[in-house]
Amino acid sequence: MALLEIQGVTRRFGDFAAVDDVSLAVEAGEFFTLLGPSGCGKTTLLRMIAGFDLPDAGRILLNGEDLASRPPELRPVRTVFQSYALFPHMTVEGNVAFPLQMASVKASERPARIAAALEDVRLIGFGKRYPHELSGGQKQRVAIARALVTHPTMLLLDEPLAALDAKLREELQVELINLQKEVGIAFVYVTHDQTEALALSHRIAVMNHGRVEQLDEPSKIYGFPRTKFVADFIGQCNLFAGPVTTNDGAIVTVDVKGLGSVRVATRATIAAGATGTVALRPEKIRIAPSAPLDTPDNHFRGKVADLLYMGDVTVYRVETPGGTRIEALLANSQSGRAKFFEVGDAVEMSWSVDAGHFIAE
Amino acid sequence: MAKWLVSGPPLLYLLVFFAVPALIMVLASFRTPGEFGGLAPLVDEAGRLDLNTESYVRLLTESVYAQVFVKSAWYALLTTLACLALAYPLATLIAKSPKKHRDLLLLLVILPFWSNFLIRIYAWMIILGPNAALARMVNGVLAWFGAGPVPLLFSAFAVLTCLVYVHLPFMVLPLYANLEKHDQALLDAAQDLGANAWHRFWRITFPLSLPGVYAGAALVFIPALGIFAIPDILGGPDDTLIGNLIKQQFLETRDWPFGSVLSIVLTLAALLLAGIAAWVGRRGAAGAARA
Repeated sequence: MALLEIQGVTRRFGDFAAVDDVSLAVEAGEFFTLLGPSGCGKTTLLRMIAGFDLPDAGRILLNGEDLASRPPELRPVRTVFQSYALFPHMTVEGNVAFPLQMASVKASERPARIAAALEDVRLIGFGKRYPHELSGGQKQRVAIARALVTHPTMLLLDEPLAALDAKLREELQVELINLQKEVGIAFVYVTHDQTEALALSHRIAVMNHGRVEQLDEPSKIYGFPRTKFVADFIGQCNLFAGPVTTNDGAIVTVDVKGLGSVRVATRATIAAGATGTVALRPEKIRIAPSAPLDTPDNHFRGKVADLLYMGDVTVYRVETPGGTRIEALLANSQSGRAKFFEVGDAVEMSWSVDAGHFIAE
Repeated sequence: MAKWLVSGPPLLYLLVFFAVPALIMVLASFRTPGEFGGLAPLVDEAGRLDLNTESYVRLLTESVYAQVFVKSAWYALLTTLACLALAYPLATLIAKSPKKHRDLLLLLVILPFWSNFLIRIYAWMIILGPNAALARMVNGVLAWFGAGPVPLLFSAFAVLTCLVYVHLPFMVLPLYANLEKHDQALLDAAQDLGANAWHRFWRITFPLSLPGVYAGAALVFIPALGIFAIPDILGGPDDTLIGNLIKQQFLETRDWPFGSVLSIVLTLAALLLAGIAAWVGRRGAAGAARA
């Protein structure tokens, strides 16, 4: 039995289904992420787990017990809010002591518990400070310490790093991974940031329009997106759509308008004539000034229409004679120069049948 | 220069109509009352300056005046507490109601200001009068329990009821201004951390609302301390407050020096309380601003 089971949960606001018949299970000790664009229902789902909202249909079970009749204060889950929600009139210690007081933990036991929680988030010595005397990252650590001090069954995190700058976010991501391993409590993490989700999670549920589009390990989500939405939302992706011309059981050929025939390895049982999409990551494309020497599975010519120099990599947008734009990514580490090509350069692109991923409509 | 042109007129106004009269009053408090009221000449027939501290001595030696001060403070305190008890739920209700309704609700709170202060007090005479439905009902219930009828009007009850009625908006408005700014996320967090409704109020909402409580308490307590019209009109013989005493000294007894002494002490008491309220409020506000 899974630790948390969400069974056919639906939540409607008027005609709008914020969460639409979602079923998933979170295992004990798992770092589970709900990923999706704003308005996809991930926060609504989290609020229903915490108890701030109730499902219109379906059940939420924790350790096999239906939580429907439990108000938030009686659920053994804790939430870390995006806005930190630290109590401004209490010190760091006061904030961390609050859930202990609510749980009627003996006063004599509290100092040790508070110290341990602050040690977990590396905030020893900050106990007497008020929240307004802390930086954003420190506030978020206090919020996490406060949520963990009573050893909840599960920690819910609602975009906890969204308000922090990029550098600090990365630092805290590493700490969150370590902390989760250390405390061994299941984390349910809500984010719209796909790199964050990929970096942190054991498993990711990608949500869109209130539904789970794909639930998988990060590498599967990235490498084998099941829908066009997932392919497009997770990282950059070229999507080539068109009718299937042949399917020999191992390789499907898709006729893409403005490009030509694109071949991709798949075991999809799709008949010729049906529409399909080839999802191709920019980094999987070989891009060179002259035609490749070997005979690649897919090979197209084009001109660099524009480029984005990102420092470590450069993203080239190559336009084919048919007018299709293909995004290709090249690591700058291999070049003596800053970048390989300039806008207007003629280039040759190629990729093997294994590089792309076929998505049936 | 432009600064003085702008702030000059109000400064001049305060100087002429506040500072100078206050100094005149301080001077009057050291003078001798005139034979037929008012003040005796500043320089007596022998050509000596007639200044003394007799009125101050009288205030300190005759305990009846201290009793009136204590009684006034007691009435003001009761008024403040009753206003707080009534205004807190009301301000919470307004702060939690949908945004489009809030302005209307606030307007209703200040609506009584649109009619004259004295008319509103006289209205209470009718409401509390012996033949009004309220008095009949109360006395009917009392008779049922075998207790004799009690007059509602001309009593401490009437004075306090009207004091609370008049000052209630001054408690509601600062409380609302404070409560309206509270972050719902804090209450969600408290609930998530195991706090029930009572703990959420007592540990989160109430401490964060203290600056509003202090501001409201100052706005109610200080005017209630010096009020004279309400006990004059609605009070009984025992309901003489410091405001009535001052009025009597100037208009009836015509002992201006003693009236001045009472006024000065009242002003100093109010200033002291306002200072304490501002100090405590600032400390509270500093805490509340820690977001």
